[in-house]
Amino acid sequence: MTTVASVSEETDSPYALTHLDALESEAVHIFREVAGEFENPVILFSGGKDSILMLHLALKAFTPAPVPFSLLHVDTGHNFPEVLAYRDRVVAQHRLRLHVASVQDYIDRGALKERPDGTRNPLQIIPLTEKIQSERFDAVFGGGRRDEEKARAKERVFSLRDEFSQWDPRRQRPELWNLYNGRHAPGEHVRVFPLSNWTELDVWQYIAREQIDLPQIYFAHEREVFARNGMWLTAGDWGGPKDGEHVEKRQVRYRTVGDMSCTGAVDSDADTIEKVITEIAASRLTERGATRADDKLSEAAMEDRKREGYF
Amino acid sequence: MTTTTELTDLAETTLLRFATAGSVDDGKSTLVGRLLHDSKSVLTDQLEAVERASAGRGQEGPDLALLTDGLRAEREQGITIDVAYRYFATPKRRFILADTPGHVQYTRNMVTGASTAELTVILVDARNGVVEQTRRHAAIAALLRVPHVVLAVNKMDLVGYQESVFAAIAEEFTAYATELGVPDVTAIPISALEGDNVVEASGNMDWYGGPTVLEHLETVPVSHDLAHCHARFPVQYVIRPQTAEHPDYRGYAGQIAAGTFRVGDRVTVLPSGRTTTITGIDLLGTPVDVAWTPQSVTLLLADDLDISRGDLIAPAPDAPATSQDIEATVCHVADQPLTVGHRVLLKHGTRTVKALVKDIPSRLTLDDLSLHPHPGTLAANDIGRVKIRTAEPLPADAYADSRRTGSFILIDPSDGTTLTAGMVGESFAAPEPVKSDADEGWDF
Repeated sequence: MTTVASVSEETDSPYALTHLDALESEAVHIFREVAGEFENPVILFSGGKDSILMLHLALKAFTPAPVPFSLLHVDTGHNFPEVLAYRDRVVAQHRLRLHVASVQDYIDRGALKERPDGTRNPLQIIPLTEKIQSERFDAVFGGGRRDEEKARAKERVFSLRDEFSQWDPRRQRPELWNLYNGRHAPGEHVRVFPLSNWTELDVWQYIAREQIDLPQIYFAHEREVFARNGMWLTAGDWGGPKDGEHVEKRQVRYRTVGDMSCTGAVDSDADTIEKVITEIAASRLTERGATRADDKLSEAAMEDRKREGYF
Repeated sequence: MTTTTELTDLAETTLLRFATAGSVDDGKSTLVGRLLHDSKSVLTDQLEAVERASAGRGQEGPDLALLTDGLRAEREQGITIDVAYRYFATPKRRFILADTPGHVQYTRNMVTGASTAELTVILVDARNGVVEQTRRHAAIAALLRVPHVVLAVNKMDLVGYQESVFAAIAEEFTAYATELGVPDVTAIPISALEGDNVVEASGNMDWYGGPTVLEHLETVPVSHDLAHCHARFPVQYVIRPQTAEHPDYRGYAGQIAAGTFRVGDRVTVLPSGRTTTITGIDLLGTPVDVAWTPQSVTLLLADDLDISRGDLIAPAPDAPATSQDIEATVCHVADQPLTVGHRVLLKHGTRTVKALVKDIPSRLTLDDLSLHPHPGTLAANDIGRVKIRTAEPLPADAYADSRRTGSFILIDPSDGTTLTAGMVGESFAAPEPVKSDADEGWDF
């Protein structure tokens, strides 16, 4: 037997944090850095679990003072009504200021054209980036996580965007220790990702621990859906079902919440947080692989959208 | 399939941040791929995407490197451009892996990955043993004071799984690393390709009685004895609600950078030097008696002092000295060079101050640790000593004492570029600086 130079140390001290405490502390540090260094930050808020988690962490970071950021929702016009109701409830409850960038407005006045495939996800980029410019936001929090997608695995916590909101993965600033660099020129802004190091399971475990209220569509319920591209989509005015697609009632839930045109439901009996956690831990599919059509457009779909200003 | 019992345990696991180092030929992608794959962290759709892309390139089997090469340019050129972060978990622990590329821009990328890592895995090819690249990786781990180093002697299958080959490499590496001051080296013989000693213990190396790579990652301690640490609290943000409910609340928010703070502690606020007492600690809304690194908390103090972002709170008997002159080892991470006379910004903790690069006494050649005196300039990936004068006094600790309050970055004031990663004080933990024959007589 050979064991070389392994200096044994004592086991973990009582001062070791659990992984959820460590992630929480890191995210709070990021929120406070932005509050300390930027003039006009905003939190991207879709009503999905990641943005709900961001808001929860921001509330804890500044307690007992109010959150020093406003919210920005990019409304595709195809949002789930339950999610919009949740959004408005939260805004009122915490007396927050909500900005809305509306894709429908852009389409109505001819500034954007509906895509032949009906998905409005890529159409969010222009309303989002124009709102950032017109409101002069200099820091924009996004709920993106590096575990979601391989282009996001390369994303920094502080990600500089030029005056066109573009991401250039080859010109990223190295990020050393926890010394985040928020310097930017006028017209540029910084995208900030406080959940960078969280995984889907971490998010759910934290939601369970903190008993955070979520829109009901995250939990199993009966819904009228139809199959398209291997996903269960919610039937509705947004453009489904088409000829040959059949609506049926199924027991489903959503793993991500985006636009109805590109977010699929999964068959599920998980009607509580605990059951959702069990289901995710056993799942052999990533949340995006299971339920997002927008990432399947090409091998580099996410990278290409991020380059253009997507979150 | 994960059981419910394991799920309950998962909520109470700890988090280990680690980095990998090794050139492409050492089998780093294979090791990372195997760690992810054998710990069941690669999900079906990710594997299918890799299989689809591999088939599209005419490759027979799935190329696991495609799991980790995320960018279009990386896939097109078949190289890894940048640090990527990977996540996986076992029932015992959560892992954040800084996957650093091994190509020519290795130094700044490895420094970036190592800056937040508590452990570095350095790979060597069993057929080649300790080579220049290995010494370079060990030197960076030593410079960045990564607490734990794993030497993974890979491709043991290609040397007949011989104990003598492993023992010789392990001994040579451990001697070198110890000389540099690396506190903890664990050597493990593996075959990433065959899966020996990565996740599963090898049946081919009965003579090895130590842990597999994953077992070691699961059990290495993630925090240190805080009793001997200097406590440090950089003030990030002042919380003043000024509401009817909290008319007089004035809290100093921040993340504890080192050590512990307790209610009742006498503390000094720097740079003003005023002293007061901690009357309360808020842990994100919950009052606590004691808090420690890396918790984000809010401190409440007895006296109404003028304290703002950038100040440092430290125990009154153990406050750091402040100085406008900093000597440090730096790694230059930007493409534009750093030169003597350069006017820069220096970010230390939560404070950013103007600074001047007064001198660059030496540049270090990582291959043999020789020193080039007065290079005048540092290019991308260079490591050197610098003397910096700051516009305001800073309470910087030696990096050897505190990775958080002994580190800083230099920023270009004109365009905001992150120029340089800095570590205050002596470079290596070794009692005598390691010198090669070529640099006799040169001051470091």
